[in-house]
Amino acid sequence: MDDLPPLSLRVPAPEVRPGDKPDFSHVTIPRAGTVRRPEIDENPEDMRDMAFTIIRVLNRQAEAVGPWAIDLSDDALRDGLRHMMILRAFDARMLTAQRQQKTSFYMQHLGEEAVSCAFRKALNPGDMNFPTYRQAGLLIAGDYPLRTMMNQIYSNAEDPMRGRQMPVMYSDKPQGFFSISGNLATQYIQAVGWAMASAIMNDRKIAAAWIGDGSTAESDFHAALVFASTYKAPVILNIVNNQWAISTFQGIARGGSGTFAARGLGFGIPSLRVDGNDYLAVLSVARWAAERARRNLGPTMIEYVTYRQGAHSTSDDPSAYRPAEESSAWPLGDPILRLKNHMILKGPWSEERHAQAEAEIMAEVIAAQKEAEAIGTLHSGHRPSVREMFEDVYETMPPHLMRQRQEAGY
Amino acid sequence: MARMTMIEALRDALDVAMGRDNRVIVFGEDAGYFGGVFRVTSGLQKKYGPTRCFDTPINESGIVGAGIGMAAYGLRPVVEIQFADYVYPAYDQIVSEAARLRYRSNGEFTCPMVIRMPTGGGIFGGQTHSQSPEALFTHVTGLKVVVPSNPQDAKGLLLSAIEDPDPVIFMEPKRLYNGPFDGHHERPVASWKNHPFGEVEPGHYTVPLGKAAIRREGSAVTVLTYGTMVHVAEAAAEETGVDAEVIDLRTLLPLDLEAVTASVRKTGRCVIVHEATLTSGFGAELAALVQQECFYHLEAPVRRVAGWDTPYPHVHEWSYFPGPARVGAALTSIMEA
Repeated sequence: MDDLPPLSLRVPAPEVRPGDKPDFSHVTIPRAGTVRRPEIDENPEDMRDMAFTIIRVLNRQAEAVGPWAIDLSDDALRDGLRHMMILRAFDARMLTAQRQQKTSFYMQHLGEEAVSCAFRKALNPGDMNFPTYRQAGLLIAGDYPLRTMMNQIYSNAEDPMRGRQMPVMYSDKPQGFFSISGNLATQYIQAVGWAMASAIMNDRKIAAAWIGDGSTAESDFHAALVFASTYKAPVILNIVNNQWAISTFQGIARGGSGTFAARGLGFGIPSLRVDGNDYLAVLSVARWAAERARRNLGPTMIEYVTYRQGAHSTSDDPSAYRPAEESSAWPLGDPILRLKNHMILKGPWSEERHAQAEAEIMAEVIAAQKEAEAIGTLHSGHRPSVREMFEDVYETMPPHLMRQRQEAGY
Repeated sequence: MARMTMIEALRDALDVAMGRDNRVIVFGEDAGYFGGVFRVTSGLQKKYGPTRCFDTPINESGIVGAGIGMAAYGLRPVVEIQFADYVYPAYDQIVSEAARLRYRSNGEFTCPMVIRMPTGGGIFGGQTHSQSPEALFTHVTGLKVVVPSNPQDAKGLLLSAIEDPDPVIFMEPKRLYNGPFDGHHERPVASWKNHPFGEVEPGHYTVPLGKAAIRREGSAVTVLTYGTMVHVAEAAAEETGVDAEVIDLRTLLPLDLEAVTASVRKTGRCVIVHEATLTSGFGAELAALVQQECFYHLEAPVRRVAGWDTPYPHVHEWSYFPGPARVGAALTSIMEA
């Protein structure tokens, strides 16, 4: 044994760092339309291959091809594109609002718009999402009022969260949008519990869990998988792999696992990888998983392969840890551009209409912003009352909180 | 009236709650088919079926996290953590999620869940079967914390907890499961059979949360305590002859401050007794409140008798557990102060 070399620790590192040339040659991308589409009730054991490939529908020519291609109506296509464009415009305005100190914080979705916007369209009223802080497309694709989202971001007098939560921590039950928590991965197991409840009550509703690549390392990810697997809960376990967890590249969370989707295989959960920048592929796979859940066939794991084009948050500067040109080198392109090109090819869209839509959408977002700012922003205008700070800790305010509220002068 | 142990009383509470409301779901490690390692859920799966009472994977965060999701859906989960000593993996779910859900969603989502956990020492449980982590929960806004001391209360408090709209940490002193225990480990084990609180009303009744009970009226000194130490304090009062008023807090959060202050203002002295370790234990909160609310009535400094600031030992069980001798010494000395 003496002849063995001393042990050494492997610490994974990204291929490139600031100043290097972006390199995605290690990302294997199958041609659109080449990945098979299993039957809804196919034995999970027989579809392990799905966890190591990428389901894609839109090809380089912007055609929808292969077994996962779906034929959306022109209206549905326009809707999808519109939602993604609203989300992008919303992000841009809120990013600026944060820089103008109208709010304390913001997190954008740049490059990931297709994931939440398309997924929302696979759900029925009554289904429940357990989102992270980067799925606002679930609200926007549900035609949730932008002004209400902004009221939350500004913590003004009409903030549905009464100024208690940091910006972007939305909650809306009728929208099927569970209250966002700052604690990562906690909602993943809660989604499984919600789905178990639906099954216990012989309901028809399903749940969708959301997590990022980095947070899959949290213990609650594991808890969710074992519970979903044991009870065959009607839940879709979504992983948004945008390659980055703040400054940490996805290899740190993924470790030796080939893909994040492969994590599901050990739990007997059918696990698929999909091109997260392909609106049609996301919607198609989401529908497949939703149908599985509704037919009581159990959970499905979906890894969305995408790229976090923007900074992690308004408190982050990605140039400190990755090349500035990396997002433009990302081989799966831009979700809005890809759907736009498909629609132009298919007929219902044109460059002119796109430019016009961009202007209209920006005007719509700015109008909502003006309305929200007329109510108030973080440092000016109308805020929720301090009195409300003491409410909703419990359903009924206990005596010690009443005393503290009085002490505070309310 | 029926004679019940605390285990039977708790099981009866679950049975009554499940019978009245099909949203009440019971689960935890070994809680289903087997009926729990302490038998509290025995027979429930057979009676209500495996979707109302079931076994879970060994994952405390999963148990509580799934419970939160069910509660958000609209069910009333009653989950079991096998020992309070094993609740820590679920701490994030309890503190960051269950306790905050109503507040952070402005009441849109709520968490009407009960987290049951056997707690306390006196059973040679060593480090990980004896802890009393209540102070880790009383420090969390949004939780309620309940510790019963007898079968009658156990059933009524558990039913209140299940019907409460907010998350409740329900800590069951396992030393009291089969009989009252006054700390006299050298004597034969007592049973609930001959104890007045072993009489349990059948069917549905509740004991309100947030209300303390006077277990022994007295005029010389107030003893603030809960769980197993209620019985220890009663024994210490009898043995020392000190006319102590023993208050069983029953609910630690929210606290029945009125009962506390009324008693201390009457007696002018206060001894706080708990099994949990001393430093930053719940006794510190009680002492601060008594000092603040009863300062001009106090005739002696507030005393605390608690577990030592060490992990719970195995062989030194009876040097660690605050038994009647230590509590009695505190009662005697505070009368001389």
